[in-house]
Amino acid sequence: MGSLDSKVPAGPLADKWTKHKNDINLVNPANKRNIDIIVVGTGLAGGSAAATLAELGYNVKTFCYQDSPRRAHSIAAQGGINAAKNYQGDGDSPYRLFYDTIKGGDYRSREANVYRLAEESVNIIDQCVAQGVPFAREYGGLLDNRSFGGVLVSRTFYAKGQTGQQLLLGAYAAMNRQINRGKIKAHNRHEMLDLVIVDGKARGIIARNLVTGAIERHSAHAVVLASGGYGNVFYLSTNAMGSNVTAAWRAHRRGAYFANPCFTQIHPTCIPVSGDHQSKLTLMSESLRNDGRIWVPKRKEDAEAIREGKLKPTQLKEEDRDYYLERRYPAFGNLVPRDVASRAAKERCDAGFGVNKTGEAVYLDFSAAIERYGKEKALTSGIENPDKETITRLGEEVVAAKYGNLFQMYEKIVDENPYKTPMMIYPAVHYTMGGLWVDYNLQTTIPGCYAAGEANFSDHGANRLGASALMQGLADGYFVLPYTIGDYLSDDIRTGPISTDSKEFEEAENTVRERMQSLLDTKGTKSVDYFHKKLGKIMWNKCGMSRNEKELKEAIAEISALREEFYKEVSIPGGMDEMNQELEKAGRVADFLELGELFAKDALQRNESCGGHFREEYQTPEGEALRDDKNFRYVSAWEYKGEPKDAVLHKEELEFENIELKTRSYK
Amino acid sequence: MKLLLKIWRQKNNDSKGKLVEYPISGIEGDMSFLEMLDVLNQELIEKGEEPVVFDHDCREGICGSCSLQINGEPHGPDRLITTCQLHMRKFNDGDTIVIEPFRATAFPVIKDLMIDRSAFDRIQQAGGYISVNTSGNTVDANAIPVEKDKADASFNAATCIGCGACVAACKNASAMLFTSAKVSQFALLPQGQVEAAERVQNMVRQMDLEGFGNCTNTGACEVECPKGISLENIARMNREYLTASARG
Amino acid sequence: MALSGLFLVFFLGQHATINLSSVISPETFNSWSHFMGYNPVVQYILQPILIAGVIVHFVMGIVLELQNRKARNVRYAQYKGGANAPWVSRNMILTGLVVLAFLGLHFYDFWVPEMAYKYIEANPEDPTRYHHELVEKFLSPARVGIYVVSFVLLALHLWHGFASSFQSMGVNNKYSPAIRNFTRLYAIVVPLIFIFIALYHHFNHTH
Repeated sequence: MGSLDSKVPAGPLADKWTKHKNDINLVNPANKRNIDIIVVGTGLAGGSAAATLAELGYNVKTFCYQDSPRRAHSIAAQGGINAAKNYQGDGDSPYRLFYDTIKGGDYRSREANVYRLAEESVNIIDQCVAQGVPFAREYGGLLDNRSFGGVLVSRTFYAKGQTGQQLLLGAYAAMNRQINRGKIKAHNRHEMLDLVIVDGKARGIIARNLVTGAIERHSAHAVVLASGGYGNVFYLSTNAMGSNVTAAWRAHRRGAYFANPCFTQIHPTCIPVSGDHQSKLTLMSESLRNDGRIWVPKRKEDAEAIREGKLKPTQLKEEDRDYYLERRYPAFGNLVPRDVASRAAKERCDAGFGVNKTGEAVYLDFSAAIERYGKEKALTSGIENPDKETITRLGEEVVAAKYGNLFQMYEKIVDENPYKTPMMIYPAVHYTMGGLWVDYNLQTTIPGCYAAGEANFSDHGANRLGASALMQGLADGYFVLPYTIGDYLSDDIRTGPISTDSKEFEEAENTVRERMQSLLDTKGTKSVDYFHKKLGKIMWNKCGMSRNEKELKEAIAEISALREEFYKEVSIPGGMDEMNQELEKAGRVADFLELGELFAKDALQRNESCGGHFREEYQTPEGEALRDDKNFRYVSAWEYKGEPKDAVLHKEELEFENIELKTRSYK
Repeated sequence: MKLLLKIWRQKNNDSKGKLVEYPISGIEGDMSFLEMLDVLNQELIEKGEEPVVFDHDCREGICGSCSLQINGEPHGPDRLITTCQLHMRKFNDGDTIVIEPFRATAFPVIKDLMIDRSAFDRIQQAGGYISVNTSGNTVDANAIPVEKDKADASFNAATCIGCGACVAACKNASAMLFTSAKVSQFALLPQGQVEAAERVQNMVRQMDLEGFGNCTNTGACEVECPKGISLENIARMNREYLTASARG
Repeated sequence: MALSGLFLVFFLGQHATINLSSVISPETFNSWSHFMGYNPVVQYILQPILIAGVIVHFVMGIVLELQNRKARNVRYAQYKGGANAPWVSRNMILTGLVVLAFLGLHFYDFWVPEMAYKYIEANPEDPTRYHHELVEKFLSPARVGIYVVSFVLLALHLWHGFASSFQSMGVNNKYSPAIRNFTRLYAIVVPLIFIFIALYHHFNHTH
């Protein structure tokens, strides 16, 4: 067990980043032309990093598995992006954003990184507006803000329910400008399959052209991994179907430590699973909890009747409903943080109060909001003594104006009208706080290999606040990495082009080929999805919203056995030298089968409950999370040693010099 | 539900494709269209046959990956949704469903139902951006006020997901709705004015080079667009283009 | 396309007005026709422009159609055009070609004899001949039939084309619904005038 150097600069918290930028080495513009950088993944972090690095003068090569950088899954982020602009004059500041993020992350993130994030947040908004990102505006023409869960100020900038889309298209546009200048060579429909290390430094990747199947060698002076999170280890998640851990995991196999794999965010408001055919889950924005009330029936008989279709939720009287969040957390009510809301839903459903045919759903009810808004609207429209129908009509109009697109999306999927009958929701895997361990410069434990965005273990600790993922991705890509990578590359100005003919490239390419060939040669009887679904079930049931020692141990054994079965039984039609979607999936699932076990192992060693990681053994008598700052105030970073069971734990102790550690309470 | 699928199978761009019939059963109304294809693919894999290749990713209607011409319409019979949001309850037991790739000379078939839409990327690369460096020193965001209507109209244009349904629906395989949406997004914002003339000319030139057809204002694109991008954008682009050309 | 189309729409209106005078007052018709036929500005400037306009419009129309066909080199096995666009907008080439064929007949009927009369046979000016020449043409029921069918197709062509030209020139604003209503009214009324004239002369002079 070793310790890790986070390379956080000395000095007062607020000065660290400025001082660091002044101290680090720069590469002069003429030399930048001789330096190549590979960026894997073109979402917010990768796209913004690629654009900025190219703009600085480096030769950038981007890689993404999608057919265009514009399709990266950052595009699906709905709610917004936080920035400590204090445009609303409600007392916001970088310090408050920093504080909220550390607290929201349950004190498991690095102070200096989070402060830098809060500091850079303001630049992101300026940059994006200059690029033409059409954020929502007020009638005066200035930017509008909304508030999000877990904080006391309005600091979230948004573009209706498509903030991620607009920001990603902004980064994509910035990339396009550099592609047009010839500074970025975009390799779309390519997948990174290995990291090449020469003399201890990351010097390139092996990628597969997904259209032709060709295995390609690409060299560079540094490699940036911005390949997103690993939520799809659960099979069902709100991630895109193609989202995967492969780039990060192959780097992990080459020596990059993997940090906090068990920190996963389960988002409370998703559309419930409807059957075994389900391929993915759809998120309903957190903003719905501003107006929706969450409940289940008070009596089990009623819940059963609802499940069997004998009773309608609207027939249930007010006193027969259990608004369990309002009951348990009177202060925050329906607006408790995501982890708390998710666990509470699971607790009710496990106790037999679930309301859909699978028993895994709770109601999100807008009838009270419709009535409230309807009365308000009637009053302001000068309608005296409005009847119930008028109130409902007016209220529905107000709710439609706020959430119309979400309601429509719900109706398309579930085929029920959420204005008339309460929505059904259930938690789903949404975001992974864990990822490749990086130091203050976003460098992994492999020199020259950087990780940005959701792919790194990031600034969110054990739980991410809403509207912070976009902020982190763009801060890393636009404002952090372009500086810190220069410090490293300043040693490479005389290196010259990296040859792809070296034995290291040869070895890496052969490894990739052999892995794929052996998968193709297995010629078993079961599809890749069969294994992925099975893995997902294990993860969801035993490493999901709440975990315990016994089940985690079972999970480790089951995943290990499943992995063995996978290599004996998987069936992949087609060959290597052609487009082969099953082969692509097989490679990804093989990595998930290793990551899943490490995930469980990490959860097992963390004998505390914090943020998204809830260990049943560690809770208060009221069922709240019990953190252990004395023994677990660290980042767990795992070193690859072959099998996941042999992975070696390294700890980065977290120092809190500016914030006092407190128990999160939302009572 | 029992269905008869007629799916376009094509090994690669060099080979000729054809419609192949696949009977399928056990389809539920709650399944999305792509989940129905997943079921078919699992059956094919179990039989040792090659599964049907199609593009898809987010499966929530925002990434723009999924395409498919379903019974003669891009993204199928429903409106304002992508194929991944189309549910099987829109079909009836015993239906025959014809599934083809989006067809345009500028969108060559890669395999089966997967097409190459990189022409769209090249149109964007020709000018679909505002040239601003990432310095961290751009003016404060609120130093550029934008009228709310214009900001909203710009946003509406910017919600294009680049799926290509407009091209697929158009009898001329024209990419005007796609191109005009990007031109409009910037034309409506003060930040976009500096490069406006150059932008529209470069993007239109690239669009023509890619081999898309001409706009004859049939309006099919607007009807089939999963994001409801308005024809107003095409008029705006025409206006921008004419004034830019007149100014020389 | 839009510009030449708009120009032709304008010409059509003018043509309809003059022709309409033929059912009201043969004298007015004769004098207007004579003016059009012998005024040097009309004959040597406007007429070539008009002919050029017609040629540009149909040449461009055909070129566009060919380009558009090339833009989809593999056709759909199933294409439900009717689900998202009206028939008229999708069949401009068809309605256009019929109108073009009619134009051929029209040239043969009026313009060729007129040119021959004036410039080849070099007959003297006769300001009263136009009305009876016109009336004589509408004696044949076959010609009137062709005439009526052609103008129905012209109406369809205009129904889409006139409004569409505004969109092509970038006019799409709060006035657009009004413009569209006007263009559609025009698309019906003007061809109806021509049809009315043909029927009027046919039925008034055959018995």
